[in-house]
Amino acid sequence: MGAGHGHKLHYHGHSRIHRAPAHVKIATLVLFMLTVVATPREWYPVFAGYFALVLGVIALSQVPFGYIAKRMVVEVPFVVFALLMPFVATGPRVDVLGLSVSEAGLVAAWGLLAKGTLGVMASLTLAATTEPRDVLVGLERLRVPSQLVQIVGFMVRYLDVVTDEMRRMRIARESRGFSGRGLRAWPVYARTAGALFVRSYERGERVHLAMLSRGYDGRAR
Amino acid sequence: MSSPVLDVRGLAYAYPDGHQALYGVDLHVHRGERVALLGPNGAGKTTLVLHLNGILTAGAGSVSVSGLPVTKANVQEIRRRVGVVFQDPDDQLFMPSVRDDVAFGPANLGLRGADLDDRVMEALDKVGMADFADRPPHHLSFGQRRRVAVATVLAMEPEILVLDEPSSNLDPASRRELAEILRGLDVTVLMVTHDLPYAFELCPRSVVLSDGVIVADGSTFDVLTDDALMASHRLELPYGFDPRTIADRAAG
Repeated sequence: MGAGHGHKLHYHGHSRIHRAPAHVKIATLVLFMLTVVATPREWYPVFAGYFALVLGVIALSQVPFGYIAKRMVVEVPFVVFALLMPFVATGPRVDVLGLSVSEAGLVAAWGLLAKGTLGVMASLTLAATTEPRDVLVGLERLRVPSQLVQIVGFMVRYLDVVTDEMRRMRIARESRGFSGRGLRAWPVYARTAGALFVRSYERGERVHLAMLSRGYDGRAR
Repeated sequence: MSSPVLDVRGLAYAYPDGHQALYGVDLHVHRGERVALLGPNGAGKTTLVLHLNGILTAGAGSVSVSGLPVTKANVQEIRRRVGVVFQDPDDQLFMPSVRDDVAFGPANLGLRGADLDDRVMEALDKVGMADFADRPPHHLSFGQRRRVAVATVLAMEPEILVLDEPSSNLDPASRRELAEILRGLDVTVLMVTHDLPYAFELCPRSVVLSDGVIVADGSTFDVLTDDALMASHRLELPYGFDPRTIADRAAG
């Protein structure tokens, strides 16, 4: 892999976490997440331990916390959902900061938030310390069915192409005087998403043709 | 003459929606030839190309490659013999590294280990991309990706190389580099193109496909200088380009 050409999620480094074999990291991540999800949400000290563990691994990997934090915005939709839960859930209610909220909802929101955040942090740590290519090799070593690994591989390969296509479509839109603000822009975005989907689908067909032309028969060699 | 590398007889094809794209195409390409397939947009050039390696199957007529008919049973061997380089390298290059991508075809043919590595490096060497073997394809320039796409097909040691618009989207330097690479290859070439100067530069013989039939087949110079033929099939030379003056200059 060429230096300075890493993927957007990848943070180039040579720490112990970076050098650890990919399949070990993936297996650890999955095991960790299963444990977190299985932990009853009322065990607050245990969650504190989990957070300390993830933060410790991040520190060890020498990836700046800010780097991970910035990429955690993907969690925002879940946060919004979690924040709504205390208000919409039923059952006995308690007062928090002068607002009457459902007690069960509050605990559920905490559980969702804590488990979600742990998952996102841990996954981002894996992504930041492992080249996408090594993730694929790791999955293969873990005996993940090759069809699934191939699909993930395609996703990694074409993410840049599709993002680039999206960027070109945006530039073309803006060149014709479109400014993407307010509710009125939404139908335009919807159509762009539709066009992007159709184009990606067609590209998928062309890629498949090109693969067939090189003797592909459904099995990866 | 020996049996042609490419032997297309009376090929007709209609798409499932009823649109007829080819109406009886006859085309023979012999070993070592470089032939340009010219024609306006929508003439059926791409449809013809997809028949050559058995992606589409003939509605009527036949295609054979070095004597082997293109049928469902032969499709794997046909795809080894006919190497198709598609127009958009992003459609062709899908592996995480250049090396893996070039290895994809020969690995499908059953090559393994050192043989596979040799084949990959040999193909990359031919297109001058050996130093880029471990780079991901999407970090290369467009011209480099086109050359790697050619290598992915060369690695299968095809008997005929079919190029779909090889010069499209290339800057003049990349265009010239590709021309040098193609001229240096010891392989039969069928080149689908709108780039008439490129056809003139590389291919001694040209075939014109229009509305699903072959309307002209002869030396590229004769085809490009037949003004009536050119005009009636929407073929136009770029401004300032005249094969006559170039031929004179080359002769003088």
